[in-house]
Amino acid sequence: MSTLSNPLVEPGVAPVGTRMSASAITGGTLFRFATAGSVDDGKSTLVGRLLHDSKAILADTLDAVTRTSAERGFGGDNDSAQKIDLALLTDGLRAEREQGITIDVAYRYFATDRRSFILADCPGHVQYTKNTVTGASTADAVVVLIDARKGVLEQTRRHLSVLRLLRVPHVVVAVNKIDLVDFSEEAFRAIEAEVQSVAAQIGVSDVLVVPVSALEGDNVVERSAHTPWYTGPGLLQILEALPTLDEVERGLEPFRFPVQLVIRPQGALAPDLADADDAGASYRDYRAYAGQVASGSVSVGDAITVLPSGRTATVVGIDFAGRSLERAVAPQSVSLRLSEEIDIARGDVIAATGTFGEVSQDLYAELCWLSTKPLREGAKVLIKHGSKTVQGLVRAVTGKLDLDSFELGAAAGLELNDIGTAQIRLASALPLETYALHRRTGAFLVIDAQDGNTLAAGLVKDHPGDREGERYVI
Amino acid sequence: MSTQITETPVDEPVIEPVEIVELNSLDLLESEAIHIIREVVAEFERPALLFSGGKDSVLMLHLATKAFWPGKVPFPVLHVDTGHNFPEVIDFRDRTVERLGLRLEVGSVQEFIDRGELAERADGTRNPLQTVPLLDAIARNKFDAVFGGGRRDEDKARAKERILSLRDEFGQWDPRNQRPELWNLYNGRHTVGQHVRAFPISNWTELDVWRYIAREGIELPPLYYAHDREVFARDGMWRAVGEVSQPRPGEDVVTKQVRYRTVGDMSCTGAVASSAATVHDVVREVAASTLTERGATRADDRISEAAMEDRKKDGYF
Ligand SMILES: Nc1nc2c(ncn2[C@@H]2O[C@H](COP(=O)(O)OP(=O)(O)OP(=O)(O)O)[C@@H](O)[C@H]2O)c(=O)[nH]1
Ligand SMILES: [Mg+2]
Repeated sequence: MSTLSNPLVEPGVAPVGTRMSASAITGGTLFRFATAGSVDDGKSTLVGRLLHDSKAILADTLDAVTRTSAERGFGGDNDSAQKIDLALLTDGLRAEREQGITIDVAYRYFATDRRSFILADCPGHVQYTKNTVTGASTADAVVVLIDARKGVLEQTRRHLSVLRLLRVPHVVVAVNKIDLVDFSEEAFRAIEAEVQSVAAQIGVSDVLVVPVSALEGDNVVERSAHTPWYTGPGLLQILEALPTLDEVERGLEPFRFPVQLVIRPQGALAPDLADADDAGASYRDYRAYAGQVASGSVSVGDAITVLPSGRTATVVGIDFAGRSLERAVAPQSVSLRLSEEIDIARGDVIAATGTFGEVSQDLYAELCWLSTKPLREGAKVLIKHGSKTVQGLVRAVTGKLDLDSFELGAAAGLELNDIGTAQIRLASALPLETYALHRRTGAFLVIDAQDGNTLAAGLVKDHPGDREGERYVI
Repeated sequence: MSTQITETPVDEPVIEPVEIVELNSLDLLESEAIHIIREVVAEFERPALLFSGGKDSVLMLHLATKAFWPGKVPFPVLHVDTGHNFPEVIDFRDRTVERLGLRLEVGSVQEFIDRGELAERADGTRNPLQTVPLLDAIARNKFDAVFGGGRRDEDKARAKERILSLRDEFGQWDPRNQRPELWNLYNGRHTVGQHVRAFPISNWTELDVWRYIAREGIELPPLYYAHDREVFARDGMWRAVGEVSQPRPGEDVVTKQVRYRTVGDMSCTGAVASSAATVHDVVREVAASTLTERGATRADDRISEAAMEDRKKDGYF
């Protein structure tokens, strides 16, 4: 038990149980993962356990959580972690603590010898699905929790559908509270089979299923002696080994670069450059396009095409804060200099020549509807794609996902938390790409033109949807 | 020419870069922050950056200079001055603003107190008093986006906040009704009177900040490094002897080698005993620390369990 008896201790020595680890010092790679699953299945407790057992909790935080746990009458007695309500490590809002549920995503950070983690603990309650979509949208992996006593619930199916929709690279299912079914292999195998069948139905592949007890720590950081029948890796071991999204896609996707800004300082040079006479002169005509490589890589000398205009040029320089690079890869933020003075503005996409089809004013999409304001045919919305925002007219809602059959049924609109398909006519053409093949250039936001709120997560589809006959013809 | 961004290893010779692009966690965090800074500048009419001279705001300014190179940083900086500053930090602030050719706006807590629009608190702490001058400066300057150096690892309420955080007409944060924030598509739309707080370094930890400061050779106010100072112990922290923090009877003044992990209002920011005199010493010290940065140094966060959340709801940073 760690208490804050003397905070005036001299720092500098690493006592047992600090966050000193190889990747904390050297950097290592960065892996993002999120939790999902039905309410009370133990997501926050699992996250707390992971942080606690990987020694990522510092003494004052542990001390504060211990005090709050005691005030709330939380009492386990075996090891120190059971004296605290581990969920309090992430449930940081007053309302969350009062109700004992997670409302919005909590981001936590920890590092092991292998890599640094950004962890997004998401809510399970159906009302807060939008927050879970937020947490999952940037994740390299999502851990879906299932209560071993309850099996797959409706919210589990909804979350798995969302993960399929977002194409989260890796889905790991943790069958939690295995302590409450006496560490029974039979119970675990039954849920494992159910999970695999549901996952296959939805189209989520390569799902790993692990029996865990978030409360007692079994198979979270350490493999458990209570589950000798389970021979696979523990949860943390899995998370340390999975490749990141950028590692998975490296070299597979063509170069895409949404232009954020044109950098043309003219008179407004950085003072240190303006003061150096020769440098000042050479930067006076500087012109470059700033952005983040969305996919693929670019090298000096590459032929590029600007979308939607179709103009072409050659990359003559890749700049980053005074350094010239030969090559940049996703997701580096850089500035590109081109051989021609062509008209390029924010919102344009610079792409490797010969890798893009046609820009389009017709958008066929899957939508994950995140607003209490329903979607109706005929609605005018804003579409934010890359660095460009255009108006859109919802021509037709072409289907809605049924969470029991996983079939698309007919629908005239979408309500909060529905997943469906729609046809949208855009005010100007965008370089749309199928999300199924291009994660970063196939995603868009649907925004309310009146109040500016985000209404939906959108994913570009390559065909018009299920009501083929109603395809809007230009 | 190589594209690898190497990090200067702690106390080891610089290794010659090789011909592959391997992005480490600092490269990824840097790229994410620069993307966000550029998005905000592109989409908002009047952005500003909160700049106190503290390490996170210095880091933010460094990232902004990189984002717009060779142009100058295209927005002014705003300091909410509690009047209880460390003189060396104000000095550093002014030198930095001058070096980068920026416009500095100051919101003064002291002026609000002098005009009777704010009352001094019984505990003498002025950090919570910053909200009113902050909102006033935002409204006066019509800033529609304000960059902050807030990090999610600082506090459990900050851990919940979006990278672009919408504030209403009263500057309030509504933690129960935040917009979804999907992929790296940031939605900064707002109506008249609302504004947005942008936190590009949300995903950095204290250790990331220090490793980056070491790698980039970023200058900080000297009090971040070990120095001798007259201090006394209060609330489990070493407090500097100064105009606004005087020892009470029974609080013995000693000269100790200390450094600051955060720099805020002198009346409530504590120092830690430390011999870390160089940036590499600090990296090692932070990596080994058993206390969080705010836990070790901020009296104002100990007021209640949800002190930060309550202040943020009222419009605080
Ligand atoms: N026995 C047992 N109880 C557990 C386990 N994991 C979690 N619990 C308990 O289950 C309850 C809910 O846990 P939480 O971690 O808050 O659940 P959650 O999934 O984060 O809930 P939401 O975020 O609100 O959806 C708490 O009372 C936990 O103590 C476990 O492995 N075994
Ligand atoms: Mg939870």
